[in-house]
Amino acid sequence: MVKNTKLWLILLACVFITTLTVSPALADASAETAADGHVWWFWPLMLLIITFIMGILAVLGGVGGGVLFVPIISGFFPFHLDFVRGTGLLVALCGALAAGPGLLKMNLASLRLAIPVALIASTCAIAGAMIGLALPTNIVQIALGGTILGICALMLTAKKSAVPDVPQADKLSSMLKIYGVYQEASTGEIIDWKVHRTPLGLCLFVLIGLMAGMFGLGAGWANVPALNLLMGAPLKISVATSKFLLSITDTSAAWIYMNKGCVIPMMVVPSLVGIMLGSFVGVRLLKIAKPGFIRWMVIGILAFAGIKALSKGLGW
Amino acid sequence: MEEKPRASLQATPEQLLYAKILEAGMYTGLLILLITFGLYAFGIMDPYIPLDKISEYWSMNVNDYLHHANIKAGWAWTGMLKYGDFVNFIGIAILAGITILCYAAIIPTLLKNNDKVYAVLATLEVIILSAAASGLLSVGGH
Repeated sequence: MVKNTKLWLILLACVFITTLTVSPALADASAETAADGHVWWFWPLMLLIITFIMGILAVLGGVGGGVLFVPIISGFFPFHLDFVRGTGLLVALCGALAAGPGLLKMNLASLRLAIPVALIASTCAIAGAMIGLALPTNIVQIALGGTILGICALMLTAKKSAVPDVPQADKLSSMLKIYGVYQEASTGEIIDWKVHRTPLGLCLFVLIGLMAGMFGLGAGWANVPALNLLMGAPLKISVATSKFLLSITDTSAAWIYMNKGCVIPMMVVPSLVGIMLGSFVGVRLLKIAKPGFIRWMVIGILAFAGIKALSKGLGW
Repeated sequence: MEEKPRASLQATPEQLLYAKILEAGMYTGLLILLITFGLYAFGIMDPYIPLDKISEYWSMNVNDYLHHANIKAGWAWTGMLKYGDFVNFIGIAILAGITILCYAAIIPTLLKNNDKVYAVLATLEVIILSAAASGLLSVGGH
């Protein structure tokens, strides 16, 4: 049933691409050019192509689509940052929705770990979205540039720990019964896990939620280090729970952007289809690609986009 | 500290229920979004903003866009579903709203298991997300 649905979705996505390139409605309008000299469908088509590449890079580089989407699209496309952030949140949300059910069923994403964290992150994402929409665009653009460069530094320096040493669970996580067990597929080993430093971790998610909402970035880049390095959840549990967590954090911020009017379907649908198709291809390329090289490339692209966002915000 | 009981390799019933609803909502939302976008882009449904005019709006900030296109923010799109561009909001709203349904659905299971703390947390999340979705949390312009 699920496989059939996936096939239908892929088929519909192909129909969509055909639509965007050869539909009669588009052909009628193709003579009309926009103020920038391009026919109106040029940018949606570019969006589809670029997000397709982004989807591949995101999988191979081990980052979320949202973190690539906002700086690159806001830096190099004619769309206003308001719409880019709204679309970026929906892109990150759909990626999380697509992965979430499987991760929950496999018990890799932990609902018990996610619920308290998500409550804080989603509340703060609402506040972040409201602040981001109230601030002048150039200020948000400068802050976005700074954040993206910070993410590059985090990607370059942050270490990961497959199964961090957690000598004792803290009182809060014991009270909330945040612990679990999973089987490491590569070795067959059964791993018991628990977390520590929960109050500090929850405080960090205040900041993560604010940034996710303000910039429409998704927040996997921050969720994973917080869950893995700070709270001591195993890497697989951290990655899976982070992905699922985005479906909640981004939902709250996405509604703020949507209710404000920052959603244009002609931007959202090509982006979603591009990222999803790119992710399908990326997963298949994962077997033959060199992830180390791709990761460096992603960091390079992000750094370039971060500098571009900074320069745009500063009016250089 | 008290020794914790051994957890199971299997996901809890509330986690499985959450996953099941999330999956159904995700496929439904995506399917509807792709179909409605086809209706929009193929010209089967007339858009509110003509396709050849849309590029005039996306470089404006959101306040100027709403003003110039004479569009009301919030849930006003529900009154514009006869237009090809606004009908796409049905799928987007399902995708953005399914998490609220997932949370609401697991509350009875949590209460049945006497997991009162998590039932309260889940209820708070439903309230927070519903407040965000309602449009009551409005934002000033820039």
